[in-house]
Amino acid sequence: MINIILAILSTAGALAILFASIGILRMPDFYLRLSVTVKASSLGVGLLLICAAIMFPDDASVTTKSIAIIFFLFITAPIAAHMIGRAAYFTGIPLWKGTIVDELDGMYNKETHELKSDPKDAIHKSTGKEDDQIAETDEETR
Amino acid sequence: MIKNFLMNLLLSFIWVALTGTLSYSSFVFGFILGFFVLWIMNRNEEDRRYFYRLPKIFSFVFYFLYLVLKANIQVAYDVITPKYFFRPGIVRYPMNTESDFEINVLSTLISLTPGTLILDVSEDKKALYIHVMYLTDPEAFINELKTGMERRLLEILR
Repeated sequence: MINIILAILSTAGALAILFASIGILRMPDFYLRLSVTVKASSLGVGLLLICAAIMFPDDASVTTKSIAIIFFLFITAPIAAHMIGRAAYFTGIPLWKGTIVDELDGMYNKETHELKSDPKDAIHKSTGKEDDQIAETDEETR
Repeated sequence: MIKNFLMNLLLSFIWVALTGTLSYSSFVFGFILGFFVLWIMNRNEEDRRYFYRLPKIFSFVFYFLYLVLKANIQVAYDVITPKYFFRPGIVRYPMNTESDFEINVLSTLISLTPGTLILDVSEDKKALYIHVMYLTDPEAFINELKTGMERRLLEILR
C-alpha cells in the first residue's frame, strides 16, 4: 500500500520537474518561462521530499529535515521569482506578442524606482502599439 | 487565542510523554486529542476564536493544494501540447490587506500558484501587479482572487 503511494508521489514530482524543464524551452517569453519554472520545480521538489519523509517513517530526523526544506523552499522561491520578474520588467524585457493587457505600463517612475498604484497617476504611459513593452514579433522574445 | 494554542501544545507533549514514543504521528494524534479536550472544557463563551480558526486553517491548506494541483495540470498540459492556449497579461490587483505580514503571505501564496506571478507591490501598499498566464477577463480574475484566496486568508489572519 505504502509502495503505491510512494510510486504515485515520486512519479508526480519527477514529472513536474520534467515539465518545468520542457517549459523553459517551449515558452515564448521570459515572464512565462519564469512563471512555469519556479512553480513546477518547487512543487516537484516538495513532492519528492514528502516521499522521502514517508519512506522513513521511524526516523524523525528525516521528517524534520524534509519539513524544514519544504518550508524554506516555499517561502524563498516566490521572492526570488518576484525579484527576477521585477528586474526584468524594469530593464524593459519585452512581453510576448499575445499579451492581452499590460496594466504595469507607465506606472514606474524610472528615476526614483517608485511604483504608483492609481492608474490616473501614470507617468510615461505609452500611447501606441509601437512604444509599449509588448513585442510585435516572436523573434523579439526568443 | 494564544493561550489556547499553548495549552493545546502542552497537552500534546503530555500525550507524547505518556505514550513514550516521540514520533510525528503520536504528536499529531495528541494535538488532535488535546484540541477536542480543550473544546469540550472551554467555559469562556467570548473567546472561542481558536476553535473556529484551526479547522479553517486546515481547510485553507487543502483549498490551496487543490488550486496548486489544478493549475499545475493546466500548465503541464499547455507545455506538452504543441498549441499555445494561454493569454498572458499583467493585471493590477487592489488589495484589502492592512499590515506588511498580510501582504507578504498573500503575495507568497499567489506566486506559488502556477500561472500567476507577482511582479511588484506598489509604493503605498494598495495594489499588486500580477502576471497572469490564463487571463480571459481581468475583472473576472480579480473577483475570483478576492472572493477565493484573499477572503479565506484574511479570515484566518484577523
